[in-house]
Amino acid sequence: MVVGIIVTVVLLSFALMYNGLVRKKNQVENVFASMDAMLKKRTDLIPNLVSTVQQYMQHERETLNELTEMRAKAVSGQLSADDKIALQNQFSKALGGIMVAVENYPDLKADQNFIHLQSSLNEVEEQISAARRAYNAAVTSYNNAIEMLPTNILASMMSYKRKNVFEISEAERKNVDVKGLFKQ
Amino acid sequence: MKTIEELRAYYETDLLPTLRVLDRARKKVLFELFFGILLAVASPIIALYFFFGPVGLMAICFPVWIGVIIYFAISIGKYKKSFKVGIIEQIIHAIDPNLIYDASKAVNRAHFKQSELFKTSWNEYKGDDYVQGMVGKTSLEFSEINVQSVTTDSEGRRQASTVFKGLFLVADFNKSFQGKTFVLPDTAEKYLGSIGSMLQSWNAARGELIKMEDVAFEKEFVVYGDDQIEARYILSTSLMERILAYKKKSNRPVYLSFIGSNVHVAISYKKSLFEPRIFRSLLSFKPIQEYFEDLSLAIDLVEDLNLNTRIWTKD
Repeated sequence: MVVGIIVTVVLLSFALMYNGLVRKKNQVENVFASMDAMLKKRTDLIPNLVSTVQQYMQHERETLNELTEMRAKAVSGQLSADDKIALQNQFSKALGGIMVAVENYPDLKADQNFIHLQSSLNEVEEQISAARRAYNAAVTSYNNAIEMLPTNILASMMSYKRKNVFEISEAERKNVDVKGLFKQ
Repeated sequence: MKTIEELRAYYETDLLPTLRVLDRARKKVLFELFFGILLAVASPIIALYFFFGPVGLMAICFPVWIGVIIYFAISIGKYKKSFKVGIIEQIIHAIDPNLIYDASKAVNRAHFKQSELFKTSWNEYKGDDYVQGMVGKTSLEFSEINVQSVTTDSEGRRQASTVFKGLFLVADFNKSFQGKTFVLPDTAEKYLGSIGSMLQSWNAARGELIKMEDVAFEKEFVVYGDDQIEARYILSTSLMERILAYKKKSNRPVYLSFIGSNVHVAISYKKSLFEPRIFRSLLSFKPIQEYFEDLSLAIDLVEDLNLNTRIWTKD
């Protein structure tokens, strides 16, 4: 009788831990997929942005070409998760550069098309940032589960590995250099 | 008008003359009240002296008592109304001239229902001191509300328990979203630590528990929602800081929900808001300062949560 109860409790807690681990792993994958979708949304805005901006911007041709190339790479679909993230970080940097340069073109700033694009970009950036935080929260919860007792025993049996959180690139973390902006 | 110093100047120049008039009205009400009570007490004595019988007693006393009560309901009502128009409305317009004030209206109960902030069932919804208007690009409305669950027991006695009492605000949120997100005062985690947090994650009625990375915010609030990403889209790191600062400024329990295209905010109060004094003089700055602070707390919501920043796709 007693043995029966103990066995049931042990089996039940194993099942609960197992389900918990699987749920956490799936949550990470799920949020990564959503984040990927948002990153793709940003990529989709690039052609539109380039075509609107290039009529006005004379000195940023190179950056615009770079953006177009990066987009071609991104939509080719042959990238690993890490490459994707690296490419998106480059995107962030190039887009940031464009947005700063916009200050030099008053006509562009007043362009209705551009104003609309800018708010779409802000929107996507905000969603990406939310997705990134959600991804990091999911990864932290997953990592905690596979490193803490008692779930770590089960996790090592299931050969679950630690995942990396999505860090903000060095370029984005830097504060805006106001002095540098005025020198341009 | 933003600061206490500005309010003091406004109080000296604009409010004091009205307050003097109102204080005379208050004294009149008090004087009448004194005589009314005297009359109510004296009527049975007079009745007993002249008629002796219980029928005569009732025939005299009931009409007198009812008359006295009705008279005071009307005269206190009048006094309150002139106070609200003369003082509360003036303070509101001094803070923001574009706002519209209605002393007798309240935020529509449909908004309260839609906010889903309080899960306890309720059947009585009352409120007053309704303010509505645009603050910059953001529409805002608020009022004092008192929501109760009223039951009558088997003997017909009325029992009321308060579901929520305080300020209730509805503002247009500056980002568009689909789902529901709740930011509620965190009681379980504050007192029970990680066990409380575990209990919270089982609260299925609210949706998923959403753990935020802002430690100070997490200590004060618990977040539930139906989408992990959308909740973080709404609660950006800066908005979390702003909500926390707003809570500290109000120094009261603050409940928020993001539903439809609105943010609903409920700030819990024990006292009744924006009511005039009857038994104490009106000629004092302290109560005026209190009205001003409570009103500013509500009107500043838009600025404090930065709702006028509309750089996203929602205009």
